[in-house]
Amino acid sequence: MSKSLRQVASGEKARIVSVAAEGEIGRRLRDMGLSPGTEIEILGRAPLKDPVSIRLKNYTLTLRNSEADYISVEPLEV
Amino acid sequence: MTAAEKIWHMEKTPKATIALAGNPNSGKTTLFNAITGSRQHVGNYPGITVERKEGTLIVNNTHVKLIDLPGTYSLSAYSDEELVARNFLINEKPDIVVDIVDATMLDRHLYLAVQFFEIGIPVVIALNMMDDVKKQGLRIDKQKLAKLLNCPVVETIARCGCGKRELLEVAIEQAKAKKESWTPLKISYGHDIDLALEEMTAIIETEQFMTDRYPARWIALKYLENDSEIIAQGQKFPETAAKLLEITRKTREHCQKTLKLPPEAIIADYRYGLINSILKQNIIVQEKPRHKRIEMTTRLDRFLVNRYFGPVLMIAILYAMFQITFSVGEVPMGWLQDGFSWVADTATRLIPPGMLQSLVVSGIIDGVGGVMGFVPLIAIMFLMISFLEDSGYMARVAYMLDRVLRIFGLHGYSAMPFIISGGIAGGCAVPGVMATRTLRSPKEKLATLLTAPFMPCGAKLPVFMLLIAAFFSEYRAQMMFSITLIAWVFALLVAKLVRSTVIRGESTPFIMELPPYRLPTLRGIFIHTWERTWQYIKKAGTVILAVSILLWAAMTFPGLPQQQLNQFTLERQTAVSTIDNRVEQAAALARIDNREGQAALRHSLAGRIGTVLEPVSRLAGFDWRTNIALVGGFAAKEIIVSTFGTAYSLGDVDPEAAETLSSRIATDPGWNKFTALAMIIFVLLYAPCIVTVVTMAKESSWRWAIFATVFNTTLGFMMAVAIYQIGTALFL
Repeated sequence: MSKSLRQVASGEKARIVSVAAEGEIGRRLRDMGLSPGTEIEILGRAPLKDPVSIRLKNYTLTLRNSEADYISVEPLEV
Repeated sequence: MTAAEKIWHMEKTPKATIALAGNPNSGKTTLFNAITGSRQHVGNYPGITVERKEGTLIVNNTHVKLIDLPGTYSLSAYSDEELVARNFLINEKPDIVVDIVDATMLDRHLYLAVQFFEIGIPVVIALNMMDDVKKQGLRIDKQKLAKLLNCPVVETIARCGCGKRELLEVAIEQAKAKKESWTPLKISYGHDIDLALEEMTAIIETEQFMTDRYPARWIALKYLENDSEIIAQGQKFPETAAKLLEITRKTREHCQKTLKLPPEAIIADYRYGLINSILKQNIIVQEKPRHKRIEMTTRLDRFLVNRYFGPVLMIAILYAMFQITFSVGEVPMGWLQDGFSWVADTATRLIPPGMLQSLVVSGIIDGVGGVMGFVPLIAIMFLMISFLEDSGYMARVAYMLDRVLRIFGLHGYSAMPFIISGGIAGGCAVPGVMATRTLRSPKEKLATLLTAPFMPCGAKLPVFMLLIAAFFSEYRAQMMFSITLIAWVFALLVAKLVRSTVIRGESTPFIMELPPYRLPTLRGIFIHTWERTWQYIKKAGTVILAVSILLWAAMTFPGLPQQQLNQFTLERQTAVSTIDNRVEQAAALARIDNREGQAALRHSLAGRIGTVLEPVSRLAGFDWRTNIALVGGFAAKEIIVSTFGTAYSLGDVDPEAAETLSSRIATDPGWNKFTALAMIIFVLLYAPCIVTVVTMAKESSWRWAIFATVFNTTLGFMMAVAIYQIGTALFL
């Protein structure tokens, strides 16, 4: 029942299932702590609905929707 | 070897080189400032604009050299900063690395520490932000953490400098204990990767493949991680490299097939796995119940980056920043200008009239003074920017604007350089170009840097004011607003153009931390501001001095032939003998002086260039006088109005009070509305001033700086010609 991070609504929580990016983007995403099993919360989106800001590992990260597409998550019950 | 380095090597006292490493926003620079105070030296790593900061101090009789490595999340070759940090460790082999981690986000910050363990360099962990940890009701079992990580752990609070003494002592002790011995940590990355690593390590060790520089297993790991830098270096030994690449390829294929992940992803997962397995052993203890209250940062962000409030507030903040910069900056700018005019007056009195006096007063003092006059403005601007950066707000500006700027091939972080350069009329392109440093992605940085000088900087404004006063006095505000708007349109369109031609390429990822809001430390802000201001003074001081002298020479030589000089002398004598009224006599003499000045200017090299350019510049409606002013404007845009004054035979014209000049131009038959419009557009777009060009060269390369100069001038001229030709054909 996993979906792309792009589809998660603001305020919802989810757990990362996989990060499918390779190369530079993949490395960067993993460097920033986006690894499978990590719990995240969508904080909100910028004025034009892109980029998205998320909370994980006790800090705030932003990424573009195009980068969020690489990340599949499973929603968590609040 | 510099003299300082020689002394460093000669001294007999014990020495230790300590490298400070850590993620951005870990408080690393704050701690560095707290330790070294003003005893620090800032330079650049060769070839790139990553700052290299060093400080020296003595701790318990040991001479310590402290190096502040650039903040990085990882040790891959992702960015210049990461490469610099890694190469520093490899090439200069510091005795110890102090890894500063934000103790409130251990699970992410230890990722870098694990990579230090992999390479094997001796490490001391500084658990920073311990005050925040306590506020969250947490306690960290540092003894257990030290045991599990197998390295010393020290608690610090960088903001107050707490724990810095202990940190240094532990680091020196550990450096002595570990003297020169690197012991890479062997982590298991799962069966497939481990197998490949073993096989590759064996090959690397037997064939001594780059083992003089790197640990064998680490080289193998980097091959599996597809590290472009290490793989490129390996190509010097193609036979071994081919074997390693073959194993890498097979492993990659296998991993993709079985786990649907590339090896670098698996390796990263195992690193996080290791961190989690350590942290799970009750390292972080919840001592007091956690407050249910939402964190300050999250609460602030609800307003500051709100989809509707956020942009409005952002514009208000940026606008306020400008207002403050220019209203506060005006005062010390006035002092400096007064100071320089006092120096000029003194020089005029001390040096007898003639060539030397002219060179010193008009060439050197006026030229350098004109540039130094900007120093207070730049210092205040940097003070504001440092505040916005250190407080964490700048990252939010980038976040809110990224989507819009991306359309034009730019990046969220391009907004600031544009605004500083004059995006709200009246900035300066020099600090603007320098501000492109916050852009980590080279392509977007270049596009920003090339287009930022289009903005209506403070030095272009007097030209616009002059022409608006002469031809469009009833539309002052509308004209200024339109000019600013046109500048933005051109900057964005040209950015789009260069990003889809000469610097084409994918946009770099926008995967960025929004750091928690923090009140910046005064010391940090002042050090930051001083560093950047001093760089400006140094650059401007040397280049502008040379250019001022050149420009002075071009407008002075060759002088008028003796025959013409005699003619003016004769006219003066006639005036003195025929006019009795003192006031009228002085006015007549001034008129003669001005005519002489104009004749001399036309006769000079600059005047001749202006005349030679006339057939071409006529297309845009510019005559030789305008040409001289525009050529002079290449040195500094302030020169345009003052040269106009000389060329239109009005003597010295204060750029601020140019009413007489504007009425003179308004009635000149060579000028009409379209000449004025063409000139406005040309001044807005053409070559940046020489200080900006030099700054651009330092931030990118001379090739790009020259490209901008030629391209912008061509674009400006084409636009000016179009406006003048179409305008005069249709409406006159």
